Amino acid sequence: MSEQGTWRVKKGLAEMLKGGVIMDVTTPEQAKIAEAAGACAVMALERVPADIRATGGVARMADPTIILKIMDAVTIPVMAKCRIGHFVEAQILESLGVDYIDESEVLTPADDKFHVNKNAFKVPFVCGARNLGEALRRIGEGAAMIRTKGEPGTGDVIEAVKHMRMVMSDIRRLQNLPEEELMTFAKEMAAPYDLVLEVAKAGRLPVVNFAAGGIATPADASLMMQLGCDGIFVGSGIFKSGDPAKRAKAIVAATTHYNDPQVLAEVSKDLGEPMVGINCSTIAEIERMQLRGW
Amino acid sequence: MRVGVLALQGAFIEHEKILKELGCETIQVRKKEQLEEIDGLIIPGGESTTIGKLMEEFELAEGIKKRAKEGMPVFGTCAGLILIANDIFECSQPRLGLMNIVAHRNAFGRQVDSFETDLDVKGLGDQPLRAVFIRAPYIKEAGEGVDVLAMHDDKIVLARQGNIMAAAFHPELTDDTRIHSMFIDLIEESLNSQQSSAK
Repeated sequence: MSEQGTWRVKKGLAEMLKGGVIMDVTTPEQAKIAEAAGACAVMALERVPADIRATGGVARMADPTIILKIMDAVTIPVMAKCRIGHFVEAQILESLGVDYIDESEVLTPADDKFHVNKNAFKVPFVCGARNLGEALRRIGEGAAMIRTKGEPGTGDVIEAVKHMRMVMSDIRRLQNLPEEELMTFAKEMAAPYDLVLEVAKAGRLPVVNFAAGGIATPADASLMMQLGCDGIFVGSGIFKSGDPAKRAKAIVAATTHYNDPQVLAEVSKDLGEPMVGINCSTIAEIERMQLRGW
Repeated sequence: MRVGVLALQGAFIEHEKILKELGCETIQVRKKEQLEEIDGLIIPGGESTTIGKLMEEFELAEGIKKRAKEGMPVFGTCAGLILIANDIFECSQPRLGLMNIVAHRNAFGRQVDSFETDLDVKGLGDQPLRAVFIRAPYIKEAGEGVDVLAMHDDKIVLARQGNIMAAAFHPELTDDTRIHSMFIDLIEESLNSQQSSAK
């Protein structure tokens, strides 16, 4: 019997993206540049996070016209973002046929308490997380892929590092707990108990985990891979830099050869200006996108 | 027996896990020198455009072609099927051209059309094989010398030509190890025939 939208099928696409780079694009031309550089998928947006941050106001799902044009322009998977809790934006994106939905803190949240019930959809979802508890809550709601949040639109990798270390250290700690302590761990983490058991046994998240939010150079990408993520999201870091095509290609190579300093040195040469960036420590709490999500 | 899994991008760790379960030594292949150290190669699922570009950039394509010509077994799954095809339907992306087939990319549709199903596989007996198809290709045409091993909806999804095998689905995403065992048998045969010709 044939079945669509099963957990294995949803999770499976994320498995195929592993070791790759997913790039934010706002036009079909950018999508083609990303594909030519070796991106394993693109995220179709109206504005990259750095511009969302600069413009202010309410950030929403992109115009379907833009998403459809990008889907037409490339053969690699196309993802798109909906607001946290905005299940109608998600329904619209599913009907457009996007390959993955990112329920994203980069957009202005539509619900201050609840996320989308992602189990109700045939299309798979990716969600942001800063620690193990948040990751497992999202997986409990049906997310088939996780990305650590970092601080989007900054080009400053410090928060991405912090969140990846947090998730990995939570997992290591969990693995060393005796069984009788797991329920209290689940309670403290505000994480579903069955998923806590699963992680304690497997020693890793039950789904693929990418790094995001502030990655701007090949070295940044390799750093996140060495810290244990499965792949890389680059938002503003490529198309806000001096030579997007070259930088995109270099970040792809760095993600594959993340353990090989010689290759990393080679691909880091002559990349032109990186995105200017914002030092995360200068961002007021209210403007921190990573705090969105419940 | 040492089996390489091309580790440029995609689901290479899943293949390694199954191969290890079946008692093989495995290595992740990222550099051309490593191609000389292996008895068989799996090209995994992932994005075929990404893997194809990295294969050219890091000069692995020529080495794989050379080793395949010498008789080393190669197994391509999903993106790997596309990469080993002689021809890709309406597409000019890089390929290895190891198998006399025409691959059709994303032929079942987008992710919302991805599915799992039961397949009857030639040589595996009565027990059907659960197969996961993700934005999968299929073999649009199989030329001379190609043995068709499984079909789904009249489309070819598993085939073999000499030492080369191709699957449109992902045997590394299920617990059923029979497809990997088929490939390991192929490697064993090729090692035995090398030994006997050396004598």
